[in-house]
Amino acid sequence: MLNLPVLRWGKPYNSLEVDQVLHFATGEPIAKVSQATGGLVERDIRQAARARDVLRAIDPDELAKRVARAGELYLNGTLALGDGTQSPAEFARAQSASTGLPEHMCKANMQKNFFVLSHMGQMLDALTRGLDLRILSRGYGVESRGIVVSYQAQSPALGLVLPSNSPGVHTLWLPVIPMQIGLVLKPGPQEPWTPYRMAAAFAEAGVPAEAISIYPGGADVGAAVVSACQRTMIFGGEATVERYKGNPRVQVHGPGFSKILLGDDVVDQWEKYLDLMVDSIYANSGRGCINCSGIWASRHTREIAAALAERIGPIEPLPPEDPQAGLAAFTVPGVAQAVWKMIEADLKDSGVEHCTERFGPRLVERERCAYLRPTIIHSRSPEAAVVRKEFMFPFATVVECPQAQMLEKIGPTLVCSAITEDPAWQQALSDATHIDRLNIGPIPTIKLDWLQPHEGNIVEFLFRARAYQLPADRVAALAPR
Amino acid sequence: MSTPTTSLDSKLAGPVADARAKLDAHAYEIVQWHFHPSTGCPFWLEQAKELSFDPLKEVKNFDDLKKFPEFQDEWLRGGPVRRWVPQAFQDRPIYVFETGGTTGIPKSRIAIDDFRTDYSLFSDTLPDEYFPRGSNWLMLGPSGPRRLRLAVEHLCQHRGGICFCVDLDPRWVIKLIKKGWMEHLEAYKQHCIDQALTILSAGHDIRCMFTTPKLLESLALALEKRGSSIGQAGITGIFSGGTEFTPQWTRFAMEEFLDGVYMTPTYGNTLMGLACSKPVTPADGYKITYYAPQPRAVIEVVEFGDYSRPVGYGQTGRVKLTTLTKEFFVPGFMERDEGERELPYEKYPWDGVSGVRPFHELAEATTVGVY
Repeated sequence: MLNLPVLRWGKPYNSLEVDQVLHFATGEPIAKVSQATGGLVERDIRQAARARDVLRAIDPDELAKRVARAGELYLNGTLALGDGTQSPAEFARAQSASTGLPEHMCKANMQKNFFVLSHMGQMLDALTRGLDLRILSRGYGVESRGIVVSYQAQSPALGLVLPSNSPGVHTLWLPVIPMQIGLVLKPGPQEPWTPYRMAAAFAEAGVPAEAISIYPGGADVGAAVVSACQRTMIFGGEATVERYKGNPRVQVHGPGFSKILLGDDVVDQWEKYLDLMVDSIYANSGRGCINCSGIWASRHTREIAAALAERIGPIEPLPPEDPQAGLAAFTVPGVAQAVWKMIEADLKDSGVEHCTERFGPRLVERERCAYLRPTIIHSRSPEAAVVRKEFMFPFATVVECPQAQMLEKIGPTLVCSAITEDPAWQQALSDATHIDRLNIGPIPTIKLDWLQPHEGNIVEFLFRARAYQLPADRVAALAPR
Repeated sequence: MSTPTTSLDSKLAGPVADARAKLDAHAYEIVQWHFHPSTGCPFWLEQAKELSFDPLKEVKNFDDLKKFPEFQDEWLRGGPVRRWVPQAFQDRPIYVFETGGTTGIPKSRIAIDDFRTDYSLFSDTLPDEYFPRGSNWLMLGPSGPRRLRLAVEHLCQHRGGICFCVDLDPRWVIKLIKKGWMEHLEAYKQHCIDQALTILSAGHDIRCMFTTPKLLESLALALEKRGSSIGQAGITGIFSGGTEFTPQWTRFAMEEFLDGVYMTPTYGNTLMGLACSKPVTPADGYKITYYAPQPRAVIEVVEFGDYSRPVGYGQTGRVKLTTLTKEFFVPGFMERDEGERELPYEKYPWDGVSGVRPFHELAEATTVGVY
C-alpha cells in the first residue's frame, strides 16, 4: 500500500492525518493519503514566486519537450510515488478503486492526458494564437507582424480545486507548466492519482519539483487555495458556479448541461443520429461535463426516447476490471441513493415519463458501493424540473420543444451539438452567448478538439494583455528573425 | 508515536482512589446543596417532585448520579433563568452566559463566581516561565454573552496583569459560512486580526494571550507578512481553545510558527470549567488529552448506544459532562463531541479524553467557524 505525502513545492510532508483509500468493490487498502490543512496552504503560497522563477530559468520550448517526455513516462513508466512506485496498470487500478470508473476507462483517460502532453507545442500554439512563448516568459516582445505586445502573468502559480468525477479534466491544467506558471493542486477526494502521477512524471522528465504543490484535504484546503492563489480554477456544482461568478481571480467549471438539438430540417431522420446520441450520453459512464444530458427536438421525441432506452436501458454494472464495463460505481456512501430519490421526485411532474423503467430498477446497491443504470426520461415540455438536471451517470432527458423556442429554453450549455442545415438557425446558435462550445452538424458532444479552448482560454486567464512601449531601436532588436 | 496503553499504572492506584473518594464526597455534597429546600434552586426542587427517587437520601456518591434521567439540553433554553439560581445565592449578583444561538434560543447558564474559580484553578496549571506574573494579556476571541471575555480577563487579573480584548462574534461567523459569504468571512476575520495587530504594536507589553486555533494561525500569518512573528511580537505563552484541536494542527503550529512560544490546548465550555491538556509532545504524536477540573466537573466517555456505560480505555465514545458546583448542577450532559477514553496520569489521576471532535451523528449539521 502506498503512502502519499502532501507535496509542498515538491517536498514531501507526511501529515498526522491521513485518508485511507479502500477499493470500492473489495475493500482492499490501496493507499494512505496525507491530509493538508488550509493553514499549510496559506503559509506555503508565500513561496509561490519561487515556482515561477525556477520554471523561467528553463526555456519554454525546452519545458514543452520535458512535458512531452513526462507524457510518455505518465503513460508507460513505473514512477516513484510516495514511499513506493506505481506502474501504469497499478495507476488504473488505484484510480478505478477510488473513483468507481471501470479500469479500461481509466486507461482511456490516460491516453487523453498523454495526447495533450505529447502535443504540447501544438496545444500552446493554438491556445496562444501562435504567440512566441518567450513573450509570455519575458512579459513583452514583438509579434510576427512587427507589433510590440505584452502579456503579464497574473499569478506565479495557478491554484486548482479539482473534482473526483472524471479524470479527463486534468487536461485543462497540463499546459500551465510550459507557460512557466507553478501549480497548486488540491485533488478531488476520490481522485488524487492523476496529480501525483503527473507530478512524478514531470519531476522525472526534468521539470523542477519546486514548481508543484499537491494538497489533498477537506473543504478548508479548497477554500485556502482559492483565497491564497491569485488565479484559481475550481470545479463544482451550481452553488460553486454562483459563488464565483464574475470573480476575475476564479475560473469556475460547473455542470455542463451539454445538449444535442435536432433541427426541424433533420428531425424526421432522427434514427440516423441515434449512435451519436447514445455515445454522447453513455461514453465515460456519463461522468463528464461534456456528456449529453438533454436531447431537444420539436417532434418524434417519444420515439427517440424509446429508442435510446432500448439501446442503453438494459446495460448492467460489471466488475471494474471487465473490459466491457460501461458503468462507474458511486463510491461515496449514500450518493447514488440520494440522486435516485431526486429523480423519483422529478418523475412526479406531469408530462414526464421514465422510459428505461421497463428494463429493471435503476438503482443497484452493492455491499460497498452503488450503481445507477442508464436512465432516459421523456418530457413533453421544457418547463419540467427534470429538464434542468444532470447527474454523474448516463442520464438524459428527451425534451419536446418547438425549434423557435429552443434557444430561449435550453439554458446554460457547455457543449451544444446542433444538427441542422438551416442557415438562419445556425447563425442564431452562433450568436447565443449561453452556449460555450458549439458543434454545428452531427458531432457527438463528447468529441474534443484539443486545439480548441475548453470553457475559457487558460492563457487569457493567466496572462493579461496590456500596453507596452519601447524605443524603436529596442523594438528592432526584439523583432523575430 | 507511543503505543496506547489500556491498563492503569499500579503507581497511580493510590492517587486514583483518593481522587475518586474526593469526587464521591463532592457529588454527595453538591446534591445535598441543590436539593435542599434552603439552598437548592427552583429548577431542581421542582424536578425532584418528578423523580422516582429522593436525591437527598439516595445519592451518596458519583455513581448514584446515574439515577437521574438523561439531562435535556432544552432545559437550558429560555427563561425564567432565575429558576437556576440556588436559594442561598438569590441575593448575589448573577451573570448569565450563553452558548449556541445561531438558530433558535441559545442555551444559557447562570454564574456567580464559577468562571472566576475555574480560571483561578486553571491559572495554577500555567508555567510562570511562559506566562509571567504581572504581564499583560490579549484576549482575541468571542465576548458578548459568552463566558470567555470575563473569564480570560479574570485569569489575567488573577495573575497580576491587565487584559486587552478584541471581540469576534461567532454567531455572525457561522451565518457567513452558512450563507457562503466567504469574502465577508475573510474580511471579518481580517478586521479582528487587524485590531490584534494594532494592540500588539502599541507598546502595551503584552506577553500572554488567549485565542482560538484558527485566529492564532491567521495572526501568525499576518505578523509574518509584516516581517514579524508571534514570538517577535512579544508573546511567550498562549492558551488556546474554543474550537477543535487536532494533533496535526498542533504539530503545524509548533513546527512552523510558534518558534518556541508555549501553547497549551484547552477544552471547555460554559457548563464546564476548563479541561487542561497533558503536555503535547512530538514523541507522543502530538496527541491531545484533556482532563476535566475534577471534582467541579467530570468528563466521561460513554458508549454511543448506552450513555450510562463508559467505553474501555482507548475506545471511542461520546463525551458526557457532569457539572458539580454549588452554583450549577448538571448530571450527565451529552456533549456534541466524541473522543477516546484515556487513562489517568500523575497530575490528573482521573479519566481523560483525547481526539475530541464533533460527534459523528451531529457533525454533518455542525458548522465550524473561526471561533
